[in-house]
Amino acid sequence: MAVTMNEDLRRERASASFNPELLTHILDGSPENTRRRREIENLILNDPDFKHEDLNFLTRSQRYEVAVRKSATLVKKIREFGISDPDEIMWFKKLHMINFVEPVGLNFSMFISTLLNQGTTAQNEKWLLPAQGLQIIGTYAQTELGHGTHLRGLETTATYDPETQEFVLNSPTVTSIKWWPGGLGKTSNHAIVLAQLYTQGKCYGLHAFIVPIREIGTHKPLPGITVGDIGPKFGYDEMDNGYLKMDHYRIPRENMLMKHAQVKPDGTYVKPVSNKLTYGTMVFIRSFLVGEAARSLAKACTIAIRYSAVRHQSEIKPGEPEPQILDFQTQQYKLFPLLATAYAFHFVGAYMKETYHRINEDIGQGDLSELPELHALTAGLKAFTSWTTNAAIEACRMACGGHGYSHCSGLPNIYVTFTPTCTFEGENTVMMLQTARFLMKSYDQVHSGKLVCGMVSYLNDLPSQRIQPQQVAVWPTVVDINSPHSLTEAYRLRAARLVEIAAKNLQTEVSHRKSKEVAWNLTSVDLVRASEAHCHYVTVKLFSEQLLKIQDKPTQAVLRNLCLLYSLYGISQKAGDFLQENILTDSQITQVHQRIKELLTVIRPDAVTLVDAFDFQDVSLGSVLGRYDGNVYENLFEWAKNSPLNKDEVHESFYKHLKPLQSKL
Amino acid sequence: MDSPARVSMGDAWSWQVHPDMESERRQPSFDVERLTNILDGGAENTALRRKVESVIHSDPVFSLKDNYFMSQNERYEAGVKKKFHLHMIAQRLGWSEHSREFRYAFRALTGDLALGLHHIFLKSLQSLGSEEQIAKWAPLCNEFRIIATYAQTELGHGTYLQGLETEATYDADTQEFVMHSPTLTATKWWPGDLGRSATHALVLAQLICSGARQGMHAFIVPIRSLQDHTLLPGVTAGDIGPKMDFEYTDNGFLQLDHVRIPRENMLSRFAQVLPDGTYIKLGTAQSNYLSMVVVRVSLLLDEINPLLEKACIIAIRYSVIRRQSRLRPSDPEAKVLDYQTQQHKLFPQLATAYAFHFMGTSLQEFFEESYSAILDRDFSLLPELHALSSGLKAMVSEFCTQGAELCRRACGGHGYSKLSGLPSLVSRVTASCTYEGENTVLYLQVARFLVKSYLQAQASPGSTSKTSLPQSVAYLTAPDLAKCPARRAADFLHPELYTRAWAHVAVRLIKDSAHHLQTRLQSGADEHEAWNQTTVIHLQAAKAHCYYITVKGFAEALQKLDHEPAIQQALQRLCDLFALHGILSTAGDFLQDGFLSGAQVDMVRSAYLDLLFLIRKDAISLTDAFDFTDQCLNSALGCYDGNVYERLFYWAQKSPTNTQGNPAYQKYLRPLLQSWRSKL
Repeated sequence: MAVTMNEDLRRERASASFNPELLTHILDGSPENTRRRREIENLILNDPDFKHEDLNFLTRSQRYEVAVRKSATLVKKIREFGISDPDEIMWFKKLHMINFVEPVGLNFSMFISTLLNQGTTAQNEKWLLPAQGLQIIGTYAQTELGHGTHLRGLETTATYDPETQEFVLNSPTVTSIKWWPGGLGKTSNHAIVLAQLYTQGKCYGLHAFIVPIREIGTHKPLPGITVGDIGPKFGYDEMDNGYLKMDHYRIPRENMLMKHAQVKPDGTYVKPVSNKLTYGTMVFIRSFLVGEAARSLAKACTIAIRYSAVRHQSEIKPGEPEPQILDFQTQQYKLFPLLATAYAFHFVGAYMKETYHRINEDIGQGDLSELPELHALTAGLKAFTSWTTNAAIEACRMACGGHGYSHCSGLPNIYVTFTPTCTFEGENTVMMLQTARFLMKSYDQVHSGKLVCGMVSYLNDLPSQRIQPQQVAVWPTVVDINSPHSLTEAYRLRAARLVEIAAKNLQTEVSHRKSKEVAWNLTSVDLVRASEAHCHYVTVKLFSEQLLKIQDKPTQAVLRNLCLLYSLYGISQKAGDFLQENILTDSQITQVHQRIKELLTVIRPDAVTLVDAFDFQDVSLGSVLGRYDGNVYENLFEWAKNSPLNKDEVHESFYKHLKPLQSKL
Repeated sequence: MDSPARVSMGDAWSWQVHPDMESERRQPSFDVERLTNILDGGAENTALRRKVESVIHSDPVFSLKDNYFMSQNERYEAGVKKKFHLHMIAQRLGWSEHSREFRYAFRALTGDLALGLHHIFLKSLQSLGSEEQIAKWAPLCNEFRIIATYAQTELGHGTYLQGLETEATYDADTQEFVMHSPTLTATKWWPGDLGRSATHALVLAQLICSGARQGMHAFIVPIRSLQDHTLLPGVTAGDIGPKMDFEYTDNGFLQLDHVRIPRENMLSRFAQVLPDGTYIKLGTAQSNYLSMVVVRVSLLLDEINPLLEKACIIAIRYSVIRRQSRLRPSDPEAKVLDYQTQQHKLFPQLATAYAFHFMGTSLQEFFEESYSAILDRDFSLLPELHALSSGLKAMVSEFCTQGAELCRRACGGHGYSKLSGLPSLVSRVTASCTYEGENTVLYLQVARFLVKSYLQAQASPGSTSKTSLPQSVAYLTAPDLAKCPARRAADFLHPELYTRAWAHVAVRLIKDSAHHLQTRLQSGADEHEAWNQTTVIHLQAAKAHCYYITVKGFAEALQKLDHEPAIQQALQRLCDLFALHGILSTAGDFLQDGFLSGAQVDMVRSAYLDLLFLIRKDAISLTDAFDFTDQCLNSALGCYDGNVYERLFYWAQKSPTNTQGNPAYQKYLRPLLQSWRSKL
């Protein structure tokens, strides 16, 4: 179809100062990655099996059905197309599932990966192939109705019966019902269940068990199993998040995953060698979520910025035509810092992934030394990026005015799909406090005379610690607000100071009260603040270091402006910290505000091209407002006409309710 | 007076209040019922409200129980049905459209009714219509012989009214207006009730008469047949498709193709077109905006703030039932509300809801004072009323949206379930940030008013000019402190001290924004360009001003509660918290000119953290006092009895996904499972 491009967008693209293709290569990691990603995306785009009606017009049950159908097709196609690299599968799925919600997804992401990590060779031989071939469909059931992030609080029990050599799984209370697992409600016939293991009269803590839940062939719940869907949610309409209640339900001894811990036939418990390795999966998922935050925000920015270049409103000068709303300073101020954030988080995500793979190799060689810091860093960054992204997607939606509220914009869907990231895989506040625990530990370590390394090495330089004779030179007195490097230093100082304040307040509380835990709770607001400052510093640092790696001058220039904007905007939002700790002066803060406004003007001509470089296909944006061609209004009208409420000219409720209302009154 | 026996929803487990909830209520530090009376504006109002609630809740037609399981179509139909049913009841019981009873019924039903715009139409008619027009159309509306909506926003045009494209061209020969949508972007878009329900629309259009454009005016346009509800000739209309919420409302589109209406259908309180086409202006250019002011004021207390109140109730009640981890190794798992971080999330929201309640009440009083004068064409108070209502609408909607979302996330995973009630509150309240004036635009209108007032104060520094400044900006000329006198954390618990701190920051930012603007102008920028280049700081100034107004309004309202010392004390802590939380969130503004020192900001922080601890024991009482019924909250997490988990499990089992089989298994899963088996 020959579609003409909206004139405003054509002009925006023609005036860009850099080549978006080069930037896309940087974002993908290499030109080859970009090529292969597009190739895979086109496979899906051209495949009639993946076509379906606009999900926005379907009921929840219909959406679930579409998702199951696509999940089923997906398995076949991935084989058919010979896609096996995990990254490539990700590209495939991303476009295929749009927002990545698939009922069968947990079979692959959790059931199989847990089998691989925790199953014995014999167990893998038995379960892996059927699961990979979808002969059985599994899910992973951890969270309970009354218990989430605090794993030790889980109530489900698995009691070993040596006479029959079985485990008896039981949900003793309402609060112990498994709640939330994806794919559990309607789709799966097996679940890996986390339960407190009891054998020989003793509790040995949480262990994983493979539990058949539905009968093969009829898909009916097995006797002793109560299972179902937990009902409608904010988003994830396509996903059958479920509940599971087990009533003294028996499974064979061999169904406990026994790579690490074991229960012998007579009931003897054999302890695992090390439990540090279970960190690995969590670290991987959390670092993956950082990248997801970047992608979701990039989508929201693409939609809002393209629409703002197409939408005209009000007047800046009387008599002149209505300007593009992207020319309003307030609109730039809403959107460009978010665009800069999307780029910042992309580079953080890429760094996390790289680090994970590097450390994973070390772990393979038995070196676990970097794991604690990585674990602390991923927890905090997952929270930091998801909180920021959560608010930022909403800000993008609101920047589109009323139309952002319509599902045609795609933004409500991006939001409701993203927002669970703030609570799943570790609730954000809890994550921030985990990072804080690491920071406090590092602070104490320095205090006791031992240097720390990695991202927290700034703690070595704190004047109060006085362990380094050469520390004087480390504290810069002048911050140059035009230098990413110098701004990184400013963030570093802020992090150091806030960590120190939290540590000192914690000490004060400890000296006032007996219990360490109470003191910790009474300092937790400060501790979260310290973790945020730490994560903010890491983000600024990684973004500014990224600039050095870019060869192409125009691309480097435009990213440098984004990096400055990201850093300066953060300072303006947290000006209190920078002033209070004497990192910046009053007049520097005034300059920061001024410089931000200048940067908005500088970035303005490149804004549309900067979102083009994210290279999202229209179908993966799922937005009428964010279309690449910018033909917003025509398509908005067409979209609305397809709404189910427009199927008949006179809705049946007129005859049922309105007409009687008019006549009876 | 006794509060009614509260038994939640009549479910088996609700005969007993959860012990963790009961312990919260055992020793209240104030009389909850008396606070409810204060919030209702008198014990007699509380009694009347509960009477209406019992009528509504005893009627199965009004049940909200299945709301979360319905499709858009079903929600719409239920909305129409409830509206219809409500009117039959109202008629039987003699409730009039503007009565308290109606307001209370709306509250009990959480506004889950179709034809909401019908009411907006009536308000607009009464603000903009002549006496004859009101006499003609109001009874038709009240009796539902017509169903009317208010059609302003267009596909391509929103808050900026002059940009609207719909035209009303006067034809003197036939004495008619020709209503026309000249372009696709001129299509009316978003009006509620327009998609399927309305028979008439009040269309805002550019008036063209005798060849001259006279700006925006309002016209009553019949759009659907009163016989069979089909669209009238020249009218294209329909539903705009699925949205985040408001599924019970058929937001619609409307295109007019040279539709003719009689001359009498232009609302003419403030402007008339004579039969020969002569245009006569009776009001100011702003008077047609009056209906928007009316709507904004009523939204604050009737629609927007209650959504935050409910979110607070749900999240705080859930937080005393939910237990997680341990505070001390020897203790049982702690209530999550005992965690400082949870208090830090929720109590500022609770304080905000109370602040807005009292602020909204005082705005309502000011509005009632000025409204009758304006209807009599005395416009002297309109600019201030407009600025106040715009600023507070922007602030209230912004804070309530963020607050409700924070409450939702503070409930962890369960906050994501619709059965918690929170997603619906969030997706509903967030619409208020863009409807009835997009917030940034509204803040900037406040900023214009502030700059103007400031320059006015500068221009005539004599003592007389002070009295001429509108009351809400009189502080621009009040003596200011250069430095905050506080010496200890406790000093920040004095309303006078923090009100002055907020006044100081607001004045400084207003001055700054005016000076930035003037500097641009003096360096040769044109007026409009200069304004656009300084809007970020104007925005900042307007927000500080609104915060100041709210802190001041809250503190003043509490002074009047001397006769209720226990309640006053509990609310005073919320007021302190609201003021201090705001200072900490924008600490840079207070530090930048040295008004607060770094040491003083530390004092604010420590005073703030101490307040969290003090508010903790009153938290449940303070949310109970809002007195929303369980039916109205419609939340598995937020019920009065605290039986959270039983209810969540029970409600989930009733979901159609559990009661209606699984067609996807038969169609896709089964063949999938079997295709693999056959290959093995």
